[in-house]
Amino acid sequence: MNILVCVKQVPDTNEIKIDPVTNTLVREGVPSIVNPFDGYALEAAARIKDKDPDTRIVVLSMGPKQAEAALRECLAIAADKAYLATDRAFGGSDTLATSYILSRAIKKVEELEGAKFDAIFCGKQAIDGDTAQVGPELAEHLNYPQVTYGLEAAVASDGLHVLREAEDGNEVIGVQFPCVVTFTKPSFDPRFPTIKRKMAARKAQITALTAADLTGIDLTRAGLKGSPTKVKRTFVPPRKQAGVVVKEETVEASAHRLFELLSKAHVI
Amino acid sequence: METKSKDLWVFLETNEDGTAQNIGIELLNPGRRLADKQGGKLVSVVVGFHTDASVKEASAHGADRVIVVDGAEFQRYTTDAYVTALAHLIEKYGPTSMLIGATPNGRDLGPRLSSRLGTGLTADCTALDIDDETGNIVWTRPAFGGNLMAVIMCPDHRPQLGTVRPGVFKKPEPGEAKAEVVKEDFHVPADQIRTKVLKTIREAAGELVDLEGADIIVSGGRGVGGPDGFKVVQDLADALGGTVGASRAAVDEGWISHSHQVGQTGKTVAPKLYIACGISGAIQHLAGMSSSDVIVAINKDFDAPIFGVADYGFVGNLFELVPALTAEIKKAKG
Repeated sequence: MNILVCVKQVPDTNEIKIDPVTNTLVREGVPSIVNPFDGYALEAAARIKDKDPDTRIVVLSMGPKQAEAALRECLAIAADKAYLATDRAFGGSDTLATSYILSRAIKKVEELEGAKFDAIFCGKQAIDGDTAQVGPELAEHLNYPQVTYGLEAAVASDGLHVLREAEDGNEVIGVQFPCVVTFTKPSFDPRFPTIKRKMAARKAQITALTAADLTGIDLTRAGLKGSPTKVKRTFVPPRKQAGVVVKEETVEASAHRLFELLSKAHVI
Repeated sequence: METKSKDLWVFLETNEDGTAQNIGIELLNPGRRLADKQGGKLVSVVVGFHTDASVKEASAHGADRVIVVDGAEFQRYTTDAYVTALAHLIEKYGPTSMLIGATPNGRDLGPRLSSRLGTGLTADCTALDIDDETGNIVWTRPAFGGNLMAVIMCPDHRPQLGTVRPGVFKKPEPGEAKAEVVKEDFHVPADQIRTKVLKTIREAAGELVDLEGADIIVSGGRGVGGPDGFKVVQDLADALGGTVGASRAAVDEGWISHSHQVGQTGKTVAPKLYIACGISGAIQHLAGMSSSDVIVAINKDFDAPIFGVADYGFVGNLFELVPALTAEIKKAKG
């Protein structure tokens, strides 16, 4: 089995702060992490490797040079090899342009690896953009079938059996190879890296892929100019007015008051 | 994609029995406004099996035209069947824009369709408008877990596609059904559907958790202290006819299943009333519920961030207040 896991380096939203004067996001000094959903995708690949040690796990990211840190973390956790698609021409890409570049990068990685990937795993969405678009868009560029909202994946004779979170429970989806699967949060915690793997990851060679390396890429479909959607502006949502604090003599009186307020607001 | 009309399409997702999902009807509300501004028709696109009830409902809720694709292969959603059918319809009729509900299936479908058509998609929108100058749709969506709103346009590609969060818009008032119904005889061969539903694991009837469709949600967090603590939460939810939600902390502790989780790694909800019991309000939780109409926070710590988004707050012991509130509601209902 050859599995490619796509990962994105994102700011840790736990640490996001709003500048009270300018009312904008403060990004300086915010630590970067591997997008948690991509971590679940990596864990799903690692669990396949637990059962079949011949499985090879390759990670790919697109971003600036500092995204190498995220790739090293993936190497420390479970990946065997890492590639970073990085070029100024990729900057400002929306999801469609990003997925297009990734699809070209995957072709290049397959060439360098000397083998095709059976499955491409992604996180359901990144916690900065929250779009959940890149996985399905990538699947379409590659013309592969897709399964989204995956929880677990098991290898079967004819492809993967993916446990998928559906609206009314879960379902098991059978999907042929090669395929794209996006993962959401499973019921278990992803593994931590071992010290030994961490040391090795620190020294690992990460192969950079620039626009010039991606044979046949159409750069009119990449970057800000190649993106069909344009961000016109961003704003911090207005804060709510301070709420009403209910505080009566007794708990029963408070409950009664709260009941009155909710009735008046026509919500009960 | 070539535009052939100024029409605005709304995708209507159907249930397995052919009835309409709420979101497909809700979207006819903003759809009407956008279609009128665009100067085109409001078209509901129904895909499913035995869809008569859905067609009627779309028609009664204001669609000018309903385009129907009906077939056994559409009974349960698959990416390949649905994307193939919708791409075919879009190429045939060339609408200017299309709204899709941001349900799990809608979020599976939307990006795949946009990639096939080579056009832009804006995900999870919470506000929609038309730019007076250019006539483009102005899509507003939250990012960074709701900490930042982005205003997005798709100026040079058609159709303009967007997914819209369920529960943001109310269903339009029903009226006389007068839509023109267009039945499209379109089928997707079985060998073009590359995924197969092998097994369906339904939550037991009593355990079915419909958070996204709930009008009232009562959620418990770390403050409920354990699985038994959820009993008071459940009692209040039962008295209100609501659904039980939970914070990640409570789910991670194993007190309640992940299907109840509200927040960034759980469900995004926007009920009329959200009551947070013993939830501090981590930013990931707020991201999943802060667009609720009315929020009540019950927490012993006055500094908990949940109070920052609450309309009504009670600082104190939830095990005293919640049962008292349940009693008040039961008393009022007789």
